[in-house]
Amino acid sequence: MKPFALLGRAVLAALAMIGRIALFAVDAVSHMLRPPFYGREFLSALMNIGWLSLPVVGLTAVFTGGALALQIYAGGSRFNAEAVVPQIVAVGVVRELGPVMVGLMIAARVTSSIAAEIGTMKVTEQIDALVTLSTHPMKYLTVPRVLAGLIVVPGLVAVGDIIGVFGGYAVATGTLGFNPAAYIRNTVDFLEPLDVISSLTKGAFFGFAATLMGCYHGMHSGRGAMGVGRATKTAVEGAAVLILAANFVLTGVFFTL
Amino acid sequence: MIEMKDIRKSFGSNHVLRGLNLSIPKGTSMVIIGGSGTGKSIALKCILGLVHQDSGTITVDGKDASKGDRDAFLARFGMLFQGGALFDSLPVWQNVAFRLLRGSLKRPHEEARAIAIEKLRRVGLKEDVADRLPAELSGGMQKRVGLARAIAAEPEIIFFDEPTTGLDPIMSGVINELIREIVVEMGATAMTITHDMTSVRAIADNIAMLHEGVIQWTGPVSEMDQSGNPYLEQFIQGKAEGPIEAVR
Ligand SMILES: Nc1ncnc2c1ncn2[C@@H]1O[C@H](COP(=O)(O)OP(=O)(O)OP(=O)(O)O)[C@@H](O)[C@H]1O
Ligand SMILES: [Mg+2]
Repeated sequence: MKPFALLGRAVLAALAMIGRIALFAVDAVSHMLRPPFYGREFLSALMNIGWLSLPVVGLTAVFTGGALALQIYAGGSRFNAEAVVPQIVAVGVVRELGPVMVGLMIAARVTSSIAAEIGTMKVTEQIDALVTLSTHPMKYLTVPRVLAGLIVVPGLVAVGDIIGVFGGYAVATGTLGFNPAAYIRNTVDFLEPLDVISSLTKGAFFGFAATLMGCYHGMHSGRGAMGVGRATKTAVEGAAVLILAANFVLTGVFFTL
Repeated sequence: MIEMKDIRKSFGSNHVLRGLNLSIPKGTSMVIIGGSGTGKSIALKCILGLVHQDSGTITVDGKDASKGDRDAFLARFGMLFQGGALFDSLPVWQNVAFRLLRGSLKRPHEEARAIAIEKLRRVGLKEDVADRLPAELSGGMQKRVGLARAIAAEPEIIFFDEPTTGLDPIMSGVINELIREIVVEMGATAMTITHDMTSVRAIADNIAMLHEGVIQWTGPVSEMDQSGNPYLEQFIQGKAEGPIEAVR
């Protein structure tokens, strides 16, 4: 019996957590729609999540695009299909790798820092202090970050897509002997509007999920340094799993329905 | 007038408050004393709604503290947290002027800054700390910034959780005087937690002694020394022997 009881308890705990996060998300959105709105906090979140993530997003994308071009060339040459490198790189990066890599990078960089920051505020009573100063923590801390994630991560995904495709282009034209003009023409002709739309939609979902998980786990951090550490770890794990699961569902919605 | 009736609060098997009753008349200064870990901070947090009591009621001017417009309720309070609880992403003056920079009490930027600097001066801090970050200040300085923040919007009711802990004797004197001034001149209601008996005598109109989850003794500070209450006597004299065990 014991293993079943343990398993059951774990499943129930997981379901309860999902429920609480869903309620938190609804609460966050409802606060987004009501004043006051803290513009300064929003701008600083935009800066942190968007602008300061550009270097890591660019580096991840360029290497992933490059590696993808090498793989497709090597794999394709087994059945004389090396010529499809531009098309597959374009589809692979724009539809899947761009948004997923950017999403995971945001989970690593942004979710962790949000969870640690808000968690520290929680354990040092700064959140209580906010409340006593008539400032709603949800409005002051969560809304600016989640809204910034929602708006700016699609932009990061667009940048990641372009740089990822460029990474493939650089490798293909530099070492694999592709004609630069033909490579670009093939890429542009092959991509469809839906590819780009799906990519940006995923970005918005991932931005929302990553920032929300950071805020939720930070706000519910346990006591002390250990509590903050655990909150940060759980937030990043949660964000990564949520991003990958949402990616699967969204791919299904966009490309099989 | 703040009234706490039969407040109970437990954390798991740790029964912290076990039927606390206390009333603080308007415009007076109440000092709560009691051993470390007896639930003094928790009691203040219950009034502000930061911690929810398991049972019991709290009324402020006859109205239930947990009902009604929360913003309007909290706007009447100022609180100095035991650990300071300064926002470490904001410079000192913006911490002090936090309430004056947003919400219903919003003032123009320059005015808010001027008020912040004036409040900093009242807690014995010079203007040059205004633009520093809280992390660059010493513990005692942070405490005083927290105090300045608590009084910045001139609230009617102010809670001070250990305002003089970590301060030198001279600075403690300054802070005690300031708290007294706020009550006498501004007519504020103050509730102070302290372990420092000098502060108790300087600040209090009334004192309350919390032990084992209930108020063991409460009364005017003038009667404190002839209370005949063994808990209070042991506490005032700082003796190891008595009804309060040294290991808790
Ligand atoms: N969030 C919490 N979770 C669990 N227990 C808590 C929590 N907050 C406080 N406690 C417990 O409640 C008790 C009272 O805490 P409180 O902070 O009110 O003490 P205190 O009287 O202010 O002590 P001190 O003078 O040392 O500040 C302690 O035993 C503490 O362990
Ligand atoms: Mg305390």
